[in-house]
Amino acid sequence: MIVAFNAELFIQLLVNGITLGSLYGLIALGYSMVYGILKLLNFAHGDVYMIGAFVGYGVLSLLGGPLSPNISLAPLIVLMFLAAMIASGLLGVVIERFAYRPLRDAPRIAPLISALGVSFFLQNSALLVFGSQFRSYDSFVLGSKNPEFFEPGPLTDPVFVIKHVNVQLIQVIVLATTAGLMVALTVLVAKTHLGKAMRATSYDREAAAMMGIDTDRVIASTFFIGSLLAGAAGVMFGLLFSQVFHFMGFLAGLKGFTAAVVGGIGSIPGAMLGGLLVGLAESFAAGYLGGRWSDLTVFGILILVLLIRPSGLLGTRAIQKV
Amino acid sequence: MQTGGDIPEVPGRPDERDRPRVGVDEWVASVEGRREDRVGFARLGRRIDALLPPWARLLIFGVFAATLPLWMDRGDLFAYGIFTLIYILLGLGLNVVVGYAGLLDLGYVALFGFGAYFYALLSSEHYGIHWPSAVSIPVVVVSTALLGLVLGIPSRRLLGDYLAIVTLFFGQAFVVFVNAANPTVRGKGLTGGPNGIADIDPNDLFGYELTTRRQQYWFILGVVLLVLIGLHFLSESRTGRAWRALREDPLAAEAMSMPVNRLKLKAFAFGAGIAGLAGCIFAAVLTAVTSGNFALPILITIYAVVILGGIGSLTGVVIGAIVINVSFQFLAPENPQDNARILFYAVVILLLVLAVRPWWMLGVVLGGVVVFGFAAHAIAEAIDPSWTAGAVVEGGRLAGVISDWVIIPAGHERFANVAYITLIVAVLALTRIHGWWRTILLVPTLYLTAIVWETSFVEQPAVARWILFGALLVTLMTVRPQGLLGTPRVEIV
Repeated sequence: MIVAFNAELFIQLLVNGITLGSLYGLIALGYSMVYGILKLLNFAHGDVYMIGAFVGYGVLSLLGGPLSPNISLAPLIVLMFLAAMIASGLLGVVIERFAYRPLRDAPRIAPLISALGVSFFLQNSALLVFGSQFRSYDSFVLGSKNPEFFEPGPLTDPVFVIKHVNVQLIQVIVLATTAGLMVALTVLVAKTHLGKAMRATSYDREAAAMMGIDTDRVIASTFFIGSLLAGAAGVMFGLLFSQVFHFMGFLAGLKGFTAAVVGGIGSIPGAMLGGLLVGLAESFAAGYLGGRWSDLTVFGILILVLLIRPSGLLGTRAIQKV
Repeated sequence: MQTGGDIPEVPGRPDERDRPRVGVDEWVASVEGRREDRVGFARLGRRIDALLPPWARLLIFGVFAATLPLWMDRGDLFAYGIFTLIYILLGLGLNVVVGYAGLLDLGYVALFGFGAYFYALLSSEHYGIHWPSAVSIPVVVVSTALLGLVLGIPSRRLLGDYLAIVTLFFGQAFVVFVNAANPTVRGKGLTGGPNGIADIDPNDLFGYELTTRRQQYWFILGVVLLVLIGLHFLSESRTGRAWRALREDPLAAEAMSMPVNRLKLKAFAFGAGIAGLAGCIFAAVLTAVTSGNFALPILITIYAVVILGGIGSLTGVVIGAIVINVSFQFLAPENPQDNARILFYAVVILLLVLAVRPWWMLGVVLGGVVVFGFAAHAIAEAIDPSWTAGAVVEGGRLAGVISDWVIIPAGHERFANVAYITLIVAVLALTRIHGWWRTILLVPTLYLTAIVWETSFVEQPAVARWILFGALLVTLMTVRPQGLLGTPRVEIV
């Protein structure tokens, strides 16, 4: 399918891709941090993100539901983010404590299968508890004065316009929150005590333990932070696309993982870059090739990157010690 | 080597005095006997291995399986017999890749799907091609094996986890391709999109079509027995031993000049070939394939089959497939829930018998649960009759007892969800506490299990079985990673 170059469409896809990409970047960070420290693929990460989205929805309905919230929009959104992030973070710690820590010294295949089991368990628990129907954040009318007449709420207000393409408030919120979280994470890893301990643990767990670092606590904190970012991404997804469902974690998890690998797993700027690339690839593939090819394009990119440069764009080649 | 000599005599504990001293040749040679022999399943597994030689096990299984159609009706034979055999076949293929060679292949189910779709294209109304099974099955098996080989090529470069990801993505890409992409070939969607391909020919034995369930069952049983025998000899062969060495330590295996890459590819191709074979049979028995048959849940089920029985053990795969498929079919939505209920309570009690010691403690716990249940039921009823007014779903003969014992509210929609989440928390807490507190907490937890079963799981058995499988994988990995019959791995210090 050949489409004549259309600047408006291009910019629209670019904006969508960057928003989507920042979301994937947040998910990728969780994968990347956990992999960096434990060398473990946390398959359950996507489902933590899904639970985060549901917690955000829960807060929304506790406070009166999307159509008639009891409090004004700004504190509502802040509350949703905070609740989802804390709940997801705690969930991540619980998963680590019960499904991965007993397997710390097991053969490498064991925690992977355990992670698969956790993912499947969470997905179907959500199906059991929340049912299979889609839950809607109704972000289109969220905060609107007349939601029953489908008057658009402030989240869809254009903040600025590039060549007739509106950049909506919600997209700006997503971008700003992502940027803020990523800066905070970078500072945390680079400047704080905990960050130093995390870097040491990921470099050599045994040596770090001998230096007096409580590695179990560092690993738990890593899971907390990674899952917290996933929870934030879950709420963002709900606000952007207005629907959450039990199976949303699987595909998002796969794409977040792709982002982590493309950027170079274990590297924080790599995860952000990878997220942007995957988001843009998906957006452009959906726009120019048709929606059904977008997932296949993302998977294709992953397999190509793995074959050509397994350490990712910004990753360092792992030296295998014998 | 002279005993005594340079090694100073160290007095061991009284029970160790007769054993060879650490480090001498006899000690090294007796490593198998020193492996931890725990009570319960582990010892049982070892005994089965020791008492029954492989041919005797095969004979027992073969005779039992062959007589199955004589006393089972058609529907049951399809659900319990044929599906168990297909799971055995799938488990055997995955066992080669994961169990022998230690490669985590998460795209395995896509190879199964490829086999099924390819067979469907070669023998169905879709393109009007009707190849006989004697031609189409070998073609499908060989091409699936080749696809497995291609998929395995990245494994030459990738460490274990990356391989898992590439294969997982391959599996996902397969489902997307079949379902959404559906390219047009010869004026028709190649894979039929979401509708799949229907009207697939049954397998035939050199022109004789196997149309009845009994014929199909015996045909598949024959295939399974042949594959079992072949794999037994393969696992005892030079290649089988090399695979196990690769699984235990790829670096050491390479240092011993084993062709690691070739061995990996061989394992991939073998596993894929068996998956393709299973795909042919599956497509022919179901007479239709859709992409939903080859998605993540089936992958989890096959993994559960292999891991439950014990990674790397053929007997384990057979037992795992029987256990998993029977519980799977009991929890099928169309099955009367009465059976599933009996199975569920039986499994809970069996686990208690295995886990709670000494024996009188078991009596205390079970009695406690019964008393606790009636007390909780009475209190709930006293607070508000609506708490116990709910109806038991398909109670059968047990309905009366259950509705007097378990709190099943009418209305109160949130109750089931709260009970479910509380149960998860309680079970997690149980793993962290010990001694008397654990026994005390066990009683309400068991009662809660009954509540969750009666209020949530019975209503959605299809979801419940996936939840239970997911929990099974995690529990098995943390408690007994080698499965019921597998041998524990050598600890490398």
